[in-house]
Amino acid sequence: MLNIEIDGKSIEVEHGSTIIDAADKVGIAIPRFCYHPKLSVAANCRMCLVQVEKFNKPLPACATPVADGMKIFTRSKSAIEAQQSVMEFLLINHPLDCPICDQGGECDLQDVAVAYGVSGSRYTEEKRVVFNKNIGPLVSTDMTRCIQCTRCVRFLKEVGGMQELGMIGRGEHAEITAYVDKSVNSELSGNIIDLCPVGALTSKPFRYSARSWELTRRPSIAAHDSLGSHIEVHVKDNKVMRVLPREKESINECWLSDRDRFSYEGLNSPDRLKVPMIKHNGAWVETDWKTALEFAAGQLKDITNEYGGEALGVLVSPNSTMEEGYLAKKLANGLASGNIDYRLRQTDFRLDGKRLGTPWMGCNIHEIEELDRIIVIGSNLRNEHPLLAQRFRRAVANGAELSVVSPLDNDPLMPIAHKVIVRPNDMVNVLGQILKAMSGLQRLSLCLPPTLTALLDDIKVRPNTQAIAESLAGHGKDYDLIAPKVGIFLGNMALSDPRFTEMYSLAEAIGGITGAKGGILPAAANSTGMHMMGVMPSSTGMHARAMLEVPRKAYLLLNIEPELDCQHAALAKAAMEKAECVVALTAYKSQALDHADILLPITPFTETSGTFMSMEGRVQSFAAAVRPLGESRPAWKVLRVLANTLGLDGFDFESSEQVKDAIFAGEKPSAVVWRSLNNNLRELVEIQVNIKHDGLQRIGEVPQYESDPIVRRSPPLQKTKYNTKPMARMCSRQLASLDLVEGDHVLVKQDKGSAILAVRLDEHVAMGCVRVTAAHEATTGLGDLMGDITVEKLSPQQLQDINTNITEARA
Amino acid sequence: MVASSKPVIKTDLAGQTLVTLRTLTEDNPASLDTYLKLGGYAALKRIVTEKVKPTDIITEIKTSGLRGRGGAGFPTGLKWSFMPRYFDGVKYLVCNTDEGEPGTFKDRDIIRYNPHQLIEGMAIAAYTLGARVGYNYIHGEIWQDYEIFEAALHEAKAAGYLGENLFGTSFSFDLYAVHGYGAYICGEETALIESIEGKKGQPRFKPPFPASYGVFGKPTNVNNTESYTSIPWIMQNGGQAFADLGVANSGGTKLFSVSGHVEKPGNYEVKMGMPFTELLALTGGVWKGRQLKAVIPGGPSTAVMPASAILSATMDYDGLSKARSSLGAGSMIVMDDTTCMVKTLHRLSYFFYEESCGQCTPCREGTGWVYRVIDRIVKGQGKMEDLDLLTDISNNIAGRTICALGEAAATPVLSFIKHFRPEFEYYIQHGKSMVDGK
Amino acid sequence: MLSPEAIIKIDYELTKYPADQRQAAVMSALRIVQTERGWLSKESITEVAQYLGMPEIAAMEVATFYNMYDLSPVGKYKVTICTNISCMLRGSDEIVSHLQGKLGVGFNEVTPDGKFCLKEGECMGCCGGAPLMHVNNTEMHEFLTTDKVDAILEGLK
Ligand SMILES: Cc1cc2nc3c(=O)[nH]c(=O)nc-3n(C[C@H](O)[C@H](O)[C@H](O)COP(=O)(O)O)c2cc1C
Ligand code: SF4
Ligand code: FES
Repeated sequence: MLNIEIDGKSIEVEHGSTIIDAADKVGIAIPRFCYHPKLSVAANCRMCLVQVEKFNKPLPACATPVADGMKIFTRSKSAIEAQQSVMEFLLINHPLDCPICDQGGECDLQDVAVAYGVSGSRYTEEKRVVFNKNIGPLVSTDMTRCIQCTRCVRFLKEVGGMQELGMIGRGEHAEITAYVDKSVNSELSGNIIDLCPVGALTSKPFRYSARSWELTRRPSIAAHDSLGSHIEVHVKDNKVMRVLPREKESINECWLSDRDRFSYEGLNSPDRLKVPMIKHNGAWVETDWKTALEFAAGQLKDITNEYGGEALGVLVSPNSTMEEGYLAKKLANGLASGNIDYRLRQTDFRLDGKRLGTPWMGCNIHEIEELDRIIVIGSNLRNEHPLLAQRFRRAVANGAELSVVSPLDNDPLMPIAHKVIVRPNDMVNVLGQILKAMSGLQRLSLCLPPTLTALLDDIKVRPNTQAIAESLAGHGKDYDLIAPKVGIFLGNMALSDPRFTEMYSLAEAIGGITGAKGGILPAAANSTGMHMMGVMPSSTGMHARAMLEVPRKAYLLLNIEPELDCQHAALAKAAMEKAECVVALTAYKSQALDHADILLPITPFTETSGTFMSMEGRVQSFAAAVRPLGESRPAWKVLRVLANTLGLDGFDFESSEQVKDAIFAGEKPSAVVWRSLNNNLRELVEIQVNIKHDGLQRIGEVPQYESDPIVRRSPPLQKTKYNTKPMARMCSRQLASLDLVEGDHVLVKQDKGSAILAVRLDEHVAMGCVRVTAAHEATTGLGDLMGDITVEKLSPQQLQDINTNITEARA
Repeated sequence: MVASSKPVIKTDLAGQTLVTLRTLTEDNPASLDTYLKLGGYAALKRIVTEKVKPTDIITEIKTSGLRGRGGAGFPTGLKWSFMPRYFDGVKYLVCNTDEGEPGTFKDRDIIRYNPHQLIEGMAIAAYTLGARVGYNYIHGEIWQDYEIFEAALHEAKAAGYLGENLFGTSFSFDLYAVHGYGAYICGEETALIESIEGKKGQPRFKPPFPASYGVFGKPTNVNNTESYTSIPWIMQNGGQAFADLGVANSGGTKLFSVSGHVEKPGNYEVKMGMPFTELLALTGGVWKGRQLKAVIPGGPSTAVMPASAILSATMDYDGLSKARSSLGAGSMIVMDDTTCMVKTLHRLSYFFYEESCGQCTPCREGTGWVYRVIDRIVKGQGKMEDLDLLTDISNNIAGRTICALGEAAATPVLSFIKHFRPEFEYYIQHGKSMVDGK
Repeated sequence: MLSPEAIIKIDYELTKYPADQRQAAVMSALRIVQTERGWLSKESITEVAQYLGMPEIAAMEVATFYNMYDLSPVGKYKVTICTNISCMLRGSDEIVSHLQGKLGVGFNEVTPDGKFCLKEGECMGCCGGAPLMHVNNTEMHEFLTTDKVDAILEGLK
């Protein structure tokens, strides 16, 4: 520790801190623009100049390390002169048009100018004008306002992982821009809006829609992935105008993914269902709540009375709140149905009943940064967990070695030490190889059950899996780590795979001998919470997949669009079509709900109170930011009233808090969670390591901006370059083997369904795979996300015939 | 390639003391043979094969009184002692041949007339500092000279003075030529390092200094071409001999690049402490028999001196600082009595405005502001207050920037206005120059 | 596509740097490509960036930072005249007006026949030979007089 003095205050600070850190610690404000605690220090704006004893020049507080005994003056004559002169320089070329600037009212430059500047300018020459750039649908630019602090450039390079903006030119002509006519494509791009201290980078969707001081700020929790990011919902006239991150160092720090930031544009989509609707003679008719609920209750009751509770299937979105999940389960049970599930995109349920607790990510979010060796299995990190990916990036920047086993070779924008890109099916064998190699490396003898040991006997370890094993064991180029901190994580593609059980079991075994932390990276805002509450089939009930395979007479859908949100789109579609009654609690009208019978308008997360449980087991409640739109109601209330109408007992909840209390039985949530989180299996499950399996496999990724009904309706997100129509993407070797070239059209088939898709060259796809994204209208005829698939080339004639048929069929 | 080219040497060597340009006495100065004939590479060979202790070499350099010839005049021996001795990995050596400061052209003559002495100097430095790899960063505009130097590197390597296991010892040193491409700021050592790394030449904030965080983040020693080129002579003749060539606080010889209104512009290598008048005489004096008006003694980043101040000065660090300017890089720009100081400052202020790298606010905004105000004055739209404004802006730039370009840009404005204020006032009042009436 | 000759030259420059520092060669790579093609188009910059495995915008930053890169066509001969102080003191203005008159173009303009482009340069580090000019970034011509300029232009076919 060092002793220093700032403005006469003596303080103790850590070795290596800068003057600005020290001043921030004791609450002494030093003005700044370029400095940001999460970015490298540029020291270019010079706003933070302070006087330091024994130095004849003022020093930048952001870049000057403190030394023992240093005396710092932030408001001395020389400091103030320096600050005022820098302010004057900053303003000479800056337009003074605050009244029409979107940043007005929340502009650092404006604030600092008021506090540190002098009034009146001595600058009478012409001001610089900089041409604007179009950098995409999310961020709007007004580059004449730029003060060249380079925060945006540094963010995209250091946090986003790819330098997409740069400062070109020199001196006064230097300007921030993307490459020629490119846009900024980072999935974290919105953060540069927050970082820009002036109005040069602002939110395009929000542009000119409100002034900052007209907005009411309400805290909430992000609803599109399982990170649990803290957000602030900005409201005007009962409408969500924008969403910003709320600082939470241990979760989202000060960042937010673009999905969580711009999804709000989907909240008030024209699709919003504002009144209950009933299908009458094949046509939708608006109705009132009472009629709708009585009709729904009547139908559900009739069917369950007649065919028994098993005739009902309940499918719950993992993005719904804990309260909603809890009540849905209670309602299903009340109707004697054990068929309830939230695991809509899973197909392998062999681990049911074998788990010791709720699966989770196995560590705290910030602990990722401290890992030495990491293996990520079956995850396209940036697509699935855009913001979490950044923590991995930091870990790697800190020196961690990252290994990847995946069917997709997409660049996570961080160096990968070792990777194996193979068909999903072969990933199991690869994990087996790693395990086998590990057992040869580890000083500890491997304590595996005989069946697994026998299985491993047949496996041949390849050099690349050997390298992964060595990395996980801590071996290094220069020196070996004795007790490396290892992390093992399974992502969406593993979770959706028919051989998830094998992957999980092997990962667990590898984790066991490396002493690794880790687990699964669940996809949705409340996946972990749903699991903990057991929004899953009873011992005799059916899981999500079974409910579709063996269609039910009636379905209750909570917050889903079945063919877009389920693992097997074609099955989901068929099941809904066949059912006698489908009651959908939904915030949106949707083509995917055409086969429903009753639509009950519920609110999205911004219009209800509720609770999500994140991937690290954090239970976070939030209140409604705005009132429900139209006659829509929070789903927990709808479920309660539906249950009441059904005459079920135990639904006398007055508030979502009461529901939450019931969930945790009055205990402290964290205590319940602590008991529940556990990635271990009760026993080793029968696994098969070596299935040889020919034929193509589909990689049915869910694109990040198609992940749930809200984001699917956010126009700015849909305008990003991530929004491409599903295509049959294959690597060049695969294309050659099928005699295909980019631009061809193919008929892809899964089970009984098919889709006609354009062919696209994608070298990121493993040989033996076709990447066909899901959650899109164009692929609702297809089956399992990670299932078998066939590809047939269509001749131009065939394509034309099919198109004519389709047009005729439509007509 | 080099051996066949016989550059015509314009310089009359009388009155000079050749240390860094010692091959100039020969017909074929740049060739390895010439250099060897003059005893070249002997110092390196002795040091490496006799395993002379690096600390002894540093002591010798300290004794020599050699100060950095890049402009700042930092004692070279002291700088070398900052380099971390023990470091896991490659340490780098960088030579700064980016001279882009107007009026500076001495390093060009070293690389085209005496490249091997620079190579030897760098090799000795590499041995002393434990550097494995070196780069000589050469001003982009002198392309033909870059090629001469690169050819010399190949020649040296082929002859066993560069590369692996020199003289059969464990000492290895690779040296490469790299080039700038038109940016004055890359003469600043950290901008130069960024440029070597393939980036824009934007200076880094110091600390950390290159000695701990230089090329590719590794410990790096940066010196000017002339500094390195002095080393072999020092190691051959002893530090004291070098010190004795000069005066107190300024050891050795100095290459003065003399340009502007003299009869014979060019480089003059003379003993430190030579009276200005003597140096001026070597250059044939002010041209066309005109009167001396002013001199910028060390490049535009040093203060301009009216004739009265420079005529009595000696050309060494103390001599010029006593006369309220500085030696800088020894880039002497001579102006005769027909020179309009307003227009001269106009051109200089345009230079700094053009060459500001643009990262820090005072320099980026201030240099443009200064230029626009002077431009206005030159166009006849000046106001009397502008002179105070210019002084003020310049004071607000100086000392508040990341690199010393801030001071460099402020110095001409402050010194021109200080010494030639009436000329500026006349221009503002009459909308035309007091000197040429235009 | 970078030409095989350009690739050989760039690969030579790459030998000067550690293998994981390919970006370091960007200055030379841009020079090599510019020399071959006359100027740096956006496509050329992209190709260089891709070859070196660096972000395109970072290559663009470099290309726009240094004066000697030309981001628009400069004709067959780019003539750069230094107008900085030492050259100015020795009459660069006169050389400039002579050249402008003779070629009929101003700074940054290309003659209609696409042969010459005139540029104003900053100090080239050869002030002892002032006034001076540079042709195509490589040939330095010092101690200029209007006659000498005429002779040089004559030699540029
Ligand atoms: C704007 C600016 C330009 C500079 N230009 C040069 C230059 O052209 N050549 C040079 O050797 N040093 C130049 N320097 C000084 C270098 O930063 C550095 O101090 C020098 O190369 C160190 O070598 P020395 O100790 O041998 O002088 C410049 C400094 C600044 C601030
Ligand atoms: S002083 Fe000028 S040249 Fe130096 S870093 Fe700052 S902006 Fe760049
Ligand atoms: S905040 Fe310190 S220089 Fe910008």
